[in-house]
Amino acid sequence: MSSGSSTLSAERISAARSSPNQRAWRRFLRSKPVIISGIFLLVLLTLVFLWPLISTYKPDATTDAQFKPPTSTHWFGTDVHGRDLLSRTFYGARISLLVGAVGAMVSLLIGVTWGAVAGYVGGRTDNAMMRAVDILYALPSIIFVIVLKSAFEKDLKTFLGHHFSIITASYASMVFLFIGLGAVSWLTMARIVRGQVLSLRSRNFVEASKALGASHTRILFKHILPNIYGIIIVYLTLTVPAIILYESFLSYLGLGVQPPQASWGSLIAEGTQQINSIRIYWWLIVFPGAMLATTLLALNFLGDGLRDAFDPRSDSRK
Amino acid sequence: MFPVLLIVSSIGFVLIRSMPGGPFDSERKPASAEIERNLKAKFHLDEPLWKQYLRYLGVTGDASGLIRGDLGPSLKYRNHTVNDILKQCLPVSMTLGAMSFCFAMFTGIPLGCYMALRRGQWGDHLGGFIAMLSFCVPNIVIAPLLILWLAVKLHLLPVALWGSPSQMILPTIVLGLYFSGRIARLMREGLSTTLHSEFVTTARAKGVSETAILWKHAFRLGILPVVSYSGPLLADLLTGSFVVENIFQIPGIGVFFINSIFNRDHTMTVGLVLVYAALLLILNMLVDLSYSLLDRRVRYE
Repeated sequence: MSSGSSTLSAERISAARSSPNQRAWRRFLRSKPVIISGIFLLVLLTLVFLWPLISTYKPDATTDAQFKPPTSTHWFGTDVHGRDLLSRTFYGARISLLVGAVGAMVSLLIGVTWGAVAGYVGGRTDNAMMRAVDILYALPSIIFVIVLKSAFEKDLKTFLGHHFSIITASYASMVFLFIGLGAVSWLTMARIVRGQVLSLRSRNFVEASKALGASHTRILFKHILPNIYGIIIVYLTLTVPAIILYESFLSYLGLGVQPPQASWGSLIAEGTQQINSIRIYWWLIVFPGAMLATTLLALNFLGDGLRDAFDPRSDSRK
Repeated sequence: MFPVLLIVSSIGFVLIRSMPGGPFDSERKPASAEIERNLKAKFHLDEPLWKQYLRYLGVTGDASGLIRGDLGPSLKYRNHTVNDILKQCLPVSMTLGAMSFCFAMFTGIPLGCYMALRRGQWGDHLGGFIAMLSFCVPNIVIAPLLILWLAVKLHLLPVALWGSPSQMILPTIVLGLYFSGRIARLMREGLSTTLHSEFVTTARAKGVSETAILWKHAFRLGILPVVSYSGPLLADLLTGSFVVENIFQIPGIGVFFINSIFNRDHTMTVGLVLVYAALLLILNMLVDLSYSLLDRRVRYE
C-alpha cells in the first residue's frame, strides 16, 4: 500500500521536475513552423532515399531532347544534355544534404573540442586559443578550402586509385569538400562553447564535484557538456544550411562536385552558364534553386525553433 | 592591430605557397626550363621561403616591401603591381559594397522595427518569413533570375557591366538582399529585447509617449546588434563579391581575389588578404567606438 503511493508521488514529482532540456524539447515540438519544416524535410529525405526506385529517368541518361521546358513527361524540363532535371535535382539533393550533414559534424567536432578545452583550461591556453580564432576570422575561409583541395586531393586520388578502385578515388574530391567545409565553419561554434564552458566552470556544482575528487573527463562529460548541449544543437542546426549554401558557392566556382555528379549548387551553376538573350532556360535555375531555398528555409526554421526552445532568454513568438 | 596583420600575412604567405603548382605554369607552352628559371629568379622565387617572406615584408632587399606600403608586383599581370590593380579595382568594389550596405540597412532596419513593434502578430511572422527568405535564396539563383526577368525579358535595366547608375541597380539589390534579412532579424531581436526591459516600463509608467520611447530610448540600444554585425559585414561587402562581380561582369576586386588563388598569383592573394584583414580590424574598432557612443554604460579603458 505504502509502496504504491510512494511510486505515484515519485511519478508526479518526476513529471513536475522534468529537466530543462526535456521541457525545451516539448516546447520545440509545439511550434508550428517547426512541424511544417520537419514534415517537409522528412518527405524530402524519403524521396531522396527512394528516388532510384521511383524514378523513370536515370540522372545521367542523356537523350536528344535538349532544353525541353517543363512538360508532363519531364516535370522540371531537361538540361543541355537532355537529362531529366527532376531526376538530377533529387540526385543532387543527396550530395547537398550529405555535405551539409557531414560538414556540420566536422565543424561540431573541431568547434566543441576547441571551445571546451579553451574554456575549461582557461588562463594562457584560453587566451592563445581564442587569439587563434580571432586571426582565423580575419582570413578569408575560401583560401583554406582551395588550398586544402588543391594540396591534398591529387595525392589522395592517386593513392586511392592505386590501392582501391577508381570509383573510390572519385569520392576523394567529395571527402575534401566535406572536410574543407567543416574545417572553415567551426569558429563561431568554438566561441560559443568556450563562453558557456567558462561560465559553467566556476559554478558551485562543478566546484563541489571537483572537491569530491572527480576527474577532468568526468566533470567535462558529466557536468559541463550536458548543460550546453542545447546551445550546441541550436548552432549545429544553423550550421547545416550555412554549409549547404557554401557548397553551392564552391560549385559555382567549379570547386564543388565534379560532373557528371551533381549537387544543387552545381545544377544552378550549369543553369547560369546557359543565360543568353535568345532563349531563356529559366527552369534550369528555378527548380534546383527553389529546392535549395526551400530546404534552407526549413533548416533555418528548425534552428530558430530550437533556439526559442532552448535559450531561456528568448521567449518564443507567441 | 599590426601584430595581427603580421600573423595574417605570414599565414596567408605560407598557405598559398604550400599549394602545388606555381604562377608560371600557364605560360606559353612549351616554356623552356630556362625561361621559367629566369622568371623565378626575377621575382626571387628561387630563394628559400623565409628569405622571400622577409623580402616581401621589406626587411631585406631593395627599397620596397610591405613596411613601405608596397604589396609587390603581380606575378600574373606582370606589367602591374598589386598596388596598381588595387587602385583600379578596389574603388569599384567599394562603391558597389557601400551601396549594397546602404540598401541592406534601409530595407532591413525598418522591417526589423516593424517586426519588433508587431511582435507576436501576423505582421511579425510575415516579416520574419520575408527576412528569412531573403537569405535563403542564394545570389547565384536570384541574380540570373532578375537578369532574365528585368533585363532580358522586360528590357528595363541593363544586363551587365558597370558605369552608369542604371547598371548599378541590379548588382546592388542582389548583393544587399542577403544581408537585409539578417539585419532585419538582428534589429527585431535587439529592439524587442529593449522594449521589454525595465527602464522602458518605467518610462511608460511616467507617461512618456510611445513614439518618444521608441525613438529617444529604445532605438539607440535596440540597434546595437546591427551595429556590431555591420563591422564584419562592411569589410565583406567592400572587398567585393566574386559571384556578383562575375555574373554582372563588374571589374571589381572580388574576381581578382579568387582568380589570384587559382593562378597562384602569390603576391596578389596575400595583398588582398591583408587589405581584407586590415579593413576588418579597422571597422571592428569603429564598431567598438560607436558602441560607447550609443550605449553610455559601455566604457573602454
